[in-house]
This record gives sequence, structure tokens and C-alpha cells, in this order.
Amino acid sequence: MTDTRWINAVLTSARPRVVAALLRHFRDLDKAEEACQEACLRALRLWPTQGPPRDAAAWLIMVGRNAAIDATRRQRRLTALPDEDTISDLSDNESATVERLDAADYRDDILRLLFVCCHPELPATQQIALALRIVSGLSVPQIARAFLVTEAAMEQRITRAKRRIGGANVPFEAPGAVERSERIAAVAGVLYLLFNEGYTSDVAEQGARAVLCEEAIRLARLLLHLFPVEPEIQALLALMLLQHARADARFDDDGNSVLLPNQDRSQWNGKLIGEGLALVDKAFRHRRPGPYQIQAAIAALHSRATRAEDTDWAQIALLYGALEQMQPSPVVTLNRAVAVSKADGPAAALAMIEPLAGQLDGYFYFHGARGAFLLELERAGEAKVAFDRAIALANTPAEAAHIRLQLDRLAGSSGGVGKRKEPAKNS
Amino acid sequence: MQYAILCYHDENVVCAWSKEHDDAVMAKLAVVQEKAARQGKLGPVARLLPTTAATTLRKDREPPVIIDGPFAETKEHLLGFYIYDAENLEEALAFARELAEVNPGGSYEIRPVGLFKDGKQAP
Repeated sequence: MTDTRWINAVLTSARPRVVAALLRHFRDLDKAEEACQEACLRALRLWPTQGPPRDAAAWLIMVGRNAAIDATRRQRRLTALPDEDTISDLSDNESATVERLDAADYRDDILRLLFVCCHPELPATQQIALALRIVSGLSVPQIARAFLVTEAAMEQRITRAKRRIGGANVPFEAPGAVERSERIAAVAGVLYLLFNEGYTSDVAEQGARAVLCEEAIRLARLLLHLFPVEPEIQALLALMLLQHARADARFDDDGNSVLLPNQDRSQWNGKLIGEGLALVDKAFRHRRPGPYQIQAAIAALHSRATRAEDTDWAQIALLYGALEQMQPSPVVTLNRAVAVSKADGPAAALAMIEPLAGQLDGYFYFHGARGAFLLELERAGEAKVAFDRAIALANTPAEAAHIRLQLDRLAGSSGGVGKRKEPAKNS
Repeated sequence: MQYAILCYHDENVVCAWSKEHDDAVMAKLAVVQEKAARQGKLGPVARLLPTTAATTLRKDREPPVIIDGPFAETKEHLLGFYIYDAENLEEALAFARELAEVNPGGSYEIRPVGLFKDGKQAP
């Protein structure tokens, strides 16, 4: 078997830079994508025998550009295509292109491409789908599988997104400093959404959706390569790595979710944790804290605890307090309360979340956490009401199973243990 | 004579390897490493984490400065390295600063290690 996996890896890693440069050249997303596609096809045909060019991205940009120009010409007057030996011999052109693609230039090119796909005018589901299709180069069937929708539906979603940004005016000049940081923030937000889309998946979907986490990490790494001294981007990548490191420990063999305190920490991925911790340390050296840094610091404290009981909950509660100041939200307060319950006991935590009842009434975790606090306070009757409410709001069978376990414990302490059957899983 | 073999590659490409591909490469390398280890010829083996996790201490100025990212100058050359077991980046930087005090000039790149085998043969 001839091994062409190396070509796929080279094409995948070059893709964002290639599509970005072609987008600047053609100022048209469809044309850029088609040209990139054509260049990749030629690479797959030529590289196995000729070997890879010195600068794969430059080669693909040149070939993509020429192929598109040839296609236009062919349409106009059926000119013969230059044969492939001529196209592949690009050494002179290559160096000229590389010079034009100086660091600052291609940095803004890729940021523009990412920003176009993460355009604030698009709904989140379209942003994510478009980024996966255009920047990551995943196929429509792959993306459809990850989102658990049909290929036709995904095709339509991507077409709609493209049409929509066709109308949105994204300027092609180099952005100013303020605009650049706005774009970085918008892209970072979408990458974290993409990550969470994969992370919150249920175990049965994990295989198909793990790719979302991996792509989010890869794109965050790309963004950090472009902007290596942005502490929030360092922290965003750290946050994803530290969370993804727990992937293998998050579900048991039966597909039930295993909560953080019960996870087998020897299953955590030490390599990802090491990289995440180094990035958190780097980010905090800048002394410009931001929401991703706080969240990454919280994830780091969990990662640093060899046993669940070693977790520094007091520090985590303080960090959630800081996050609450930066991004006030009832969900953040709920998380702070969970940390407070571990550090100072359930009474203080319960007092913190009671005012949130109105805002979080439809939220699974609110009732789950409230039930757990009440259970600890030995208010069994109220705990049961809260758990019943939580189970009705569970988003996945695993969440429901977790609450059922608590209910069983409640029932167990008062007599009969009722083990219920897992509900049928919706496809 | 001991030889250091320094591994260079395009990090973006290696990061784009699928997990299966990465595992397969590591497994093939392990076979070669084991053969050398059995002959008692293999020393420590380390795989470094990506350069995005690196920090550089530039000690060609006084006081030295710390910058994000890998060492990027081309007019200087790799002359040696340490493996230091640190609690966190600050501790590693403190050790690097100590070294810098007695040996100014050039830079130290501080990069977390992802995989470390001490090269001793399993009994």
C-alpha cells in the first residue's frame, strides 16, 4: 500500500493559508474554494511521484490561481491547458510568491478567512458549519454526521451561509488594530462554540463528534500561531486542551457520563494537560486577565489535582467570582455556588442560587445542583422535587441516568431502591 | 561517542496527523528505539510539545527578557539542552534565569516535554 497519508496531512495543514490567499486574490469564497480543490487534486496526482514541493502552501496557491485562470480562459476560447510538468515546476514563481506572502500579509489573510466564516451576521450553527467546510476542508457528509443531520440539510445550511456572507461586506484592506482584535475575538468565540458542540455530545455520538473538538483545537492552534502573544488565545487553546484531555474518562462502558469527581484520572491525557498548563502559565504572565484565562485557570486547577479530594475549591470559587465580574451570568453564579458548596458547605451555596430560580428554571444543571445541595443538607423531600424537575429537563440519557442515581440514593435511604430502565434513545 | 539526534519537521503538518497516523508513527519509532536500547546504546528520548507552548528567555541583553514563542533567530545555533522537572513555567524560568546569570549571551527556549523515556532498558 502506498502511503499517501502524509499528503493529506500536508494538504490539511496548508489549507487555511491557501484558501485565505486565494480568497484575497479572487475576492469570492466559492472561487477560492474551487481553486483550492483543484490544486489539491493536482497535488494528489503529482506529489506521490514528484515528492512534495519545498513550500506546499505556495505551490497550492500558485496552482490554484493558475487553474482558475485557465478555467476562465478555457470557457472563453478553449485554450489548451499547459501540461502538468510545466505547472509543477514552480520554483521561480514559488519564491516570488513566498516573498509576497510575508508574515503580516498571510496573517491577516487567514484571519479574514476565519472572520468571514465566523461572521457575526450568521447564526452560530451556520458559522460552525462554514468554518468546518471552508477552513478545515471537512466534507459535507462528515460535517452532517457530526451535527446529526442529513447531508442534504447540511448542504443547504452551508449554501445559505455562503449566500448570506456574499452580501455582507468584508473589507479586503488590512484591518486596523481595533478591527483586528474584534475579529480575533469573534473567531475565538466561534471556535469555542465549535469545541463545545463536540464536547457536550453524548457517548453514542462521540465518535462522529470528537472531530469537532479536534478541529476546534487545530484552528485555535492556528490562531495562536498567527497571534502568538495574545493571552486570551493562549488561554482558549489551553481551555480546550485541558477539557479534551478528559475525553476518555468522561463516559463509562455503559455510556453513562462520569462526573469530574468520579473520573479515573489515570485516563486523562497527560500530554494535552502538559501543553494546557504551560499555556495557562504563559497567558497569566501577561497580567491582562480575561474570561478565557479565568476559565482555563479553573480547568488547570482540576487538572493539577491528582485526586478529586485534592481539588482547590476555594481558589476555584474565587476564579468563578472573577469571571462573574467580567461576564455576569446566572450560569456562572451557579458554577461558583458549586465550588462554594465544596469549599464552605451546601448552606452558603444554596443561599447563592435561590435568587436564580426564576432565570434558571428551565435549566437542567440548576435543578441538579440544587437537589444535590438539599440532599447534603438532609432536606430529602425538597431534594426529590428538585431532582424530579432536573430529570424532566435532562438533555441526554446520560444526564438523566446521573440524576436517577441520586434519586435511587434518596429512595435507598428511605427503603426500596428502584432501578429504572434506560429510556429509548432518540436517533 | 554519544550523538544527539535532533528532530526537525513542520509542526503544522505533524499537528494535522490523525491520531491513528501519529500512533502508527510512534509505534514504528518505538521498534527502532527498542533495538538500540537492547544494545545498551540508547539514551533519553523526548518528544516536545508544540512551539505555541514555548517561552524564550533572551539573555543577549541585560536584563534578559522573556518573550512568548519559540527561539526564532537563525544566526544562532543549538548548542545543548537541559531536561528540568518543574512544577510550573515560573519555576522553569527561574532555573533558566539562574543559568543565564552565569552564562549570558544567546537565548534559552523553554518548551514543555510531552513524552520522555529515560532510555534505560526495562529489566
